[in-house]
Amino acid sequence: MADGASSDAFVEFERVQKSYDGETLVVKDLNLSMPKGEFLTMLGPSGSGKTTCLMMLAGFETATHGDIRLDGTSINNIPPHKRGIGMVFQNYALFPHMTVAENLAFPLEVRGLGKSEREEKVQRALDMVQMGAFGGRRPAQLSGGQQQRIALARALVFEPELVLMDEPLGALDKQLREHMQFEITRLAHELGITTVYVTHDQTEALTMSDRVAVFDDGRIQQLAPPDVLYERPENSFVAQFIGENNTLEGVIKEIRGETCIVQLDDGEIIDANPVNVTEPGERTKVSIRPERVEYNMDRLQEGAHTLKAEVLEFVYMGDIFRTRLRVAGNEDFVIKTRNAPDQVRLKPGQQIEIGWLPQDCRALDA
Amino acid sequence: MAHAETDAQGRILAADGTPLKQSLQRALRAQKMRALLLIAPLLLFVVITFVMPIGDMLLRSVQNKAGTHYVPDLIPNVAEQIEDWDPASGELPPEEVFRAMVVDLQVAFDEKNHTQLGRRFNYESPGMDSLFRTSGRRVSGLDLETDGPFREALIDINDDWGDLEYWATIKANSGYYTNSFFLAAVDMERDSTGIAQKDPDQRIYRKLLVRTLWLSAVITFCTLLLGYPVAWLLADLPARKANLLLILVLLPFWTSLLVRTSSWKILLQQEGVINDFWVWLGFVERLSLINNQLGVVIAMTHILLPFMILPLYSVMKTIPPSYLRAAKSLGATNWTAFWRVYFPQTTAGIGAGGLLVFILAVGYFITPELVGGADGTFISNRIYFQFSAIGNWGLAAALGTIMLVVVLVLYYVYDRLVGIDNVKLG
Repeated sequence: MADGASSDAFVEFERVQKSYDGETLVVKDLNLSMPKGEFLTMLGPSGSGKTTCLMMLAGFETATHGDIRLDGTSINNIPPHKRGIGMVFQNYALFPHMTVAENLAFPLEVRGLGKSEREEKVQRALDMVQMGAFGGRRPAQLSGGQQQRIALARALVFEPELVLMDEPLGALDKQLREHMQFEITRLAHELGITTVYVTHDQTEALTMSDRVAVFDDGRIQQLAPPDVLYERPENSFVAQFIGENNTLEGVIKEIRGETCIVQLDDGEIIDANPVNVTEPGERTKVSIRPERVEYNMDRLQEGAHTLKAEVLEFVYMGDIFRTRLRVAGNEDFVIKTRNAPDQVRLKPGQQIEIGWLPQDCRALDA
Repeated sequence: MAHAETDAQGRILAADGTPLKQSLQRALRAQKMRALLLIAPLLLFVVITFVMPIGDMLLRSVQNKAGTHYVPDLIPNVAEQIEDWDPASGELPPEEVFRAMVVDLQVAFDEKNHTQLGRRFNYESPGMDSLFRTSGRRVSGLDLETDGPFREALIDINDDWGDLEYWATIKANSGYYTNSFFLAAVDMERDSTGIAQKDPDQRIYRKLLVRTLWLSAVITFCTLLLGYPVAWLLADLPARKANLLLILVLLPFWTSLLVRTSSWKILLQQEGVINDFWVWLGFVERLSLINNQLGVVIAMTHILLPFMILPLYSVMKTIPPSYLRAAKSLGATNWTAFWRVYFPQTTAGIGAGGLLVFILAVGYFITPELVGGADGTFISNRIYFQFSAIGNWGLAAALGTIMLVVVLVLYYVYDRLVGIDNVKLG
């Protein structure tokens, strides 16, 4: 993956800042570089600056400082209609007074394409999203999922190299959303288009993207492929934001290369993997995924530190069991176990011991 | 549904065996009664102050009344005798008609109705007012037994009783109902040969009607031209600023219409503020901005502007900004995005605002009266003149009826062209 100002980058943000009121920065020093054909998701809570970034790329907001480049040329001063970027909006923004076919023909018409060529491309785009028979309908006569497909087809019909999507699946129900996630990634890869996708739904980000940029407080907190993001979060914000996560607070006692010893606030000692902590004596938040917690002591390594825990709640969720524990004073410590035939079902009140592999337990900034 | 009970006619039955529709109606009856009671005061108010006056106006436009009485009730004998007489014959009515006129006039004079009669006929043939007024006393002095023949007697009293046109007018207007008010309202008259156009220098109403419609259309267009950008700005601003500006739009409503119109007089008159500024700029000729059509258009555009802005604003507020953004991202220039995507979605507001302003303008009275001068008056000014100065309620009613019909026709045409469902007021 390219980084910095590498020459094969297709989309580049270089030291981009954005302020609406001249007092606070919504986007602080953004650097990002995407190669051609990548599916990149901007993920973050609302107000984290991700949508502002998308709008700057589309040309609807101007960067207060910095440079945005598309295929090597700075687009800061190019108006949106000359950028040739396809965009799918949150509520689709299908023109209600035009039919579906007219909606799709619109970008071709303003580009001066002839009638027969237009019709051909419109039909091809409709077929691509399996809506070939709906050209004569009005957007209001379509269901949410169908409108979504049309919006996608409209953004792709003029064959842009870059497509932006602003929470396009937000208005759909769960099942349809999952189906469309698959559909969109399939199309993006088939057509080889570069995609910037904005969402606050982490599942969407993880399942669809080549890389995910996690936004918070106007900065990219981590930019990595989904598996790296989930398994090796670089700071406690990313660890908390992506997936379910257990946090224990303490102080670094000792760092020995790949592992470190952490003394938790109630005095217990655990093993952890130092990520962005450097000095003994530093405060830390250690983070461990619920499915990486082990309570079958046979599976733990020799000499591993363990913790006492009390079962508070057991929830049967079908494919998994979700058990809430009290661990080192934390009553929201969750473990998840697969519903396998030999799996033990813990009961509230039960006293158990838990442990984990040191590399699964990440000591992050406090 | 599949298992619902049905009776012999296939109607679906409720659980107790009554037809479902009947059962539903019973359940909703109390609700309907309550709704009816709630609207009853307004309904009553509208019926008494709106529907009844309009009904009265429609009737008055065809009723042949002199004062409070129907004409044939005042001259019953003449009305009966004159029926067989044909004005086209070129001869005066027979003796019986003259005798009947004497009989009727004597009664009318006793009840002091003869002047009303004269005024009624005067609307049709000028001069008949004085004929009836002057003849009253002397006719009442005639003795029906001895003073005949009455043709000579009447002509002796006033030469005009020998005028064929006058008798034709009496014959034409001796029924309970008449179309003469409508004829007058479209610049037509009935002479001895039938219905014909009035002399060109006496035609005013058709010209006034066309002028009223034309100026109203111009005013509507001006309010649209000025109001559209304002409404757009309002819809685009954040709520707090928009509300402040909206108050400025509504501010004129807090001032009397009379005051606003008068202030336009001060601004626009020959020695007014705008002309003084014009001269100060170095121009020699002062502009005539008032007491003409231009003055009416300026003042009424200003006064009616809020009625255009508000419906436009309410429609524009429902159009999300993402449409324009979408259009631009698809490659449309600012103008194309506006014209192809934004504008078509505001037509409902344009329709509502246009209809509102146009219909208000067509019936406007005070402003054209004050700043219109001779060539800027509207038909409403003429209607007012007819019933207040002349007292010709019939003609005023006929003009009002024509206006009503014209507006309804326009409304119908609009509905066919645009569709009234597409009009959004809020």
